[in-house]
Amino acid sequence: MRDAFVAELSEIAAVDPSVMLITGDLGFGVLTDFADRFPDQFINAGVAEQNMTGLAAGLALEGHKVFTYSIANFTTLRCLEQLRNDVCYHDADVTAVAVGGGFSYGQLGMSHFATEDLAILRALPGMTVVAPSDAWETRLLTRQMVARPGPKYLRLDKGRANLPVDDDDVTLGKVRKVRDGNDVTLVTIGAILSEALKAAAKLESEGINARILSVHTLKPLDAAPLVAAAQETGAIVTIEEHNVVGGLGGAVAELLLSEGAMPAGWRTVGLADCYPTIVGDQDYLRAAYGMDSAAIEAAARAVLAR
Amino acid sequence: MTQPSVFRANAIDTTAMALAIRRHAVDMTHLGKSSHVGSVLSLADILAVLYGDIMRLNPAEPRWIDRDRFILSKGHAGAGVYAALAERGFLPREQLKTHYQNGSKLSGHVSHKGVPGVEFSTGSLGHGLGVGAGMALAAKRAGRANRVFVVLSDGECDEGSNWEAIMFAAHHKLDNLIVAVDYNKIQSLDSVANTLALEPFADKWRAFGWHVAEVDGHDHTALSTALAVESGERGRPSVVICHTTKGKGVSFMENAVLWHYRTPQGEEYAAACTELGRATGEGENA
Repeated sequence: MRDAFVAELSEIAAVDPSVMLITGDLGFGVLTDFADRFPDQFINAGVAEQNMTGLAAGLALEGHKVFTYSIANFTTLRCLEQLRNDVCYHDADVTAVAVGGGFSYGQLGMSHFATEDLAILRALPGMTVVAPSDAWETRLLTRQMVARPGPKYLRLDKGRANLPVDDDDVTLGKVRKVRDGNDVTLVTIGAILSEALKAAAKLESEGINARILSVHTLKPLDAAPLVAAAQETGAIVTIEEHNVVGGLGGAVAELLLSEGAMPAGWRTVGLADCYPTIVGDQDYLRAAYGMDSAAIEAAARAVLAR
Repeated sequence: MTQPSVFRANAIDTTAMALAIRRHAVDMTHLGKSSHVGSVLSLADILAVLYGDIMRLNPAEPRWIDRDRFILSKGHAGAGVYAALAERGFLPREQLKTHYQNGSKLSGHVSHKGVPGVEFSTGSLGHGLGVGAGMALAAKRAGRANRVFVVLSDGECDEGSNWEAIMFAAHHKLDNLIVAVDYNKIQSLDSVANTLALEPFADKWRAFGWHVAEVDGHDHTALSTALAVESGERGRPSVVICHTTKGKGVSFMENAVLWHYRTPQGEEYAAACTELGRATGEGENA
């Protein structure tokens, strides 16, 4: 996803000189080509994310479309007040890009786990929050984000769902229905969609037809397909590589309650409001913290057995 | 490029403008029962010289592309910026009375929303300089000659984010970025020296690669000389350390920690008005 993002941004930067990429001294090997091709559109701000975000706001207020780039929480939580006051309050066209959503950097420890970012970023007024599930989807969404002014957050994942390319099915702000079914709906965000796909295949062998909705845009949240899923399947399981507090599950619950469409069956799958204290690869940590395909299957069976 | 000198307001009497800002500040903090009058009085001369002499602005076109940008990073002295903007005709003087009142756009910490001439909103310390560096970089890349002026407080220099921006601006040779530090030696609860000592302050800036000038922050000639820096002139950013007196112009507010937060009411308000040369209740248009 990271390479897909940089490749797409390079194509855009080649024709739009207002696009700027600022890194907080990360992206070894990944940003080299961009920096060489567009020296006037690239800045390494050093290990100084507060200043990087302030700079981005200043540049954006002078007409640039600015992308800040670092890993995990460094473009978001480290400089959260700069995002809130300098970027969001000023409607500045700044996209904070975080490489390493969830457990992407699973061996690096909790400092490098982005597991509260979705909840925190979506609480900022005016912020668009995006988490793609595939590299090709990242390219499509990057291009659409450039065309959308204002503050944005792009959460990139090391994993990927590996679904076939479907150029026509990805629209910023819209939910993607990636699997049809009428017994239960699995609602996912980001690359953990791959676990939901595995779970749906297993559930099908048990006679349970799961619908899958991929929410690549958490904010603004596309109401209609979620409300329809709640009404048509009567059971929803939300799945996120993120704390269960305030993220996808929280956003969907708020929406469905507001719409008077809360389903009879409801489960949230995600990190159970804790800090992981062990490390491992992304697959290992998903299993260890109860958000792999087996955990999703169990949650689906539980909502249907209500 | 637009010829900017027509908008330079060097016909303005900055001494009179500073006095007007001080009168507005006392009235606004009196009417709003609000804090930070000492911070505004400290800053009044710096604001008068910038808004009345140094900066190229166009009140008829606040977003004029070649304007000099101004960011008050010490946003708690926002009443001073509103007063300066009113004196320059960006907003009606009458509107200053709404400061701090229910439904007002003139918030205690300076905000740009619905207020022509305010470039950037602040209030949390340590934000303005990084943004100013971004604006200065954008001007350089666009080939514009405008400058970016940022005013910091001394206490604000406790914030590490400033030093990130200070390093960045020097590294990128942003000589169109000019900082004025309102160095009144007093912060929220105590003196700067007793809180987190800044000295040797000028040496710190020099070590970070900045051009440094130190002036009496109430001497308009000295301020005007030090702040008159053009883009492309020095090859590095400039800081003017302005030695000021907190509460300047009202004797009992001067050098008093108390007047960071205290609001002028009753006899104190009357005494402040008298010291600023007019009768109590004369209004901010005196």
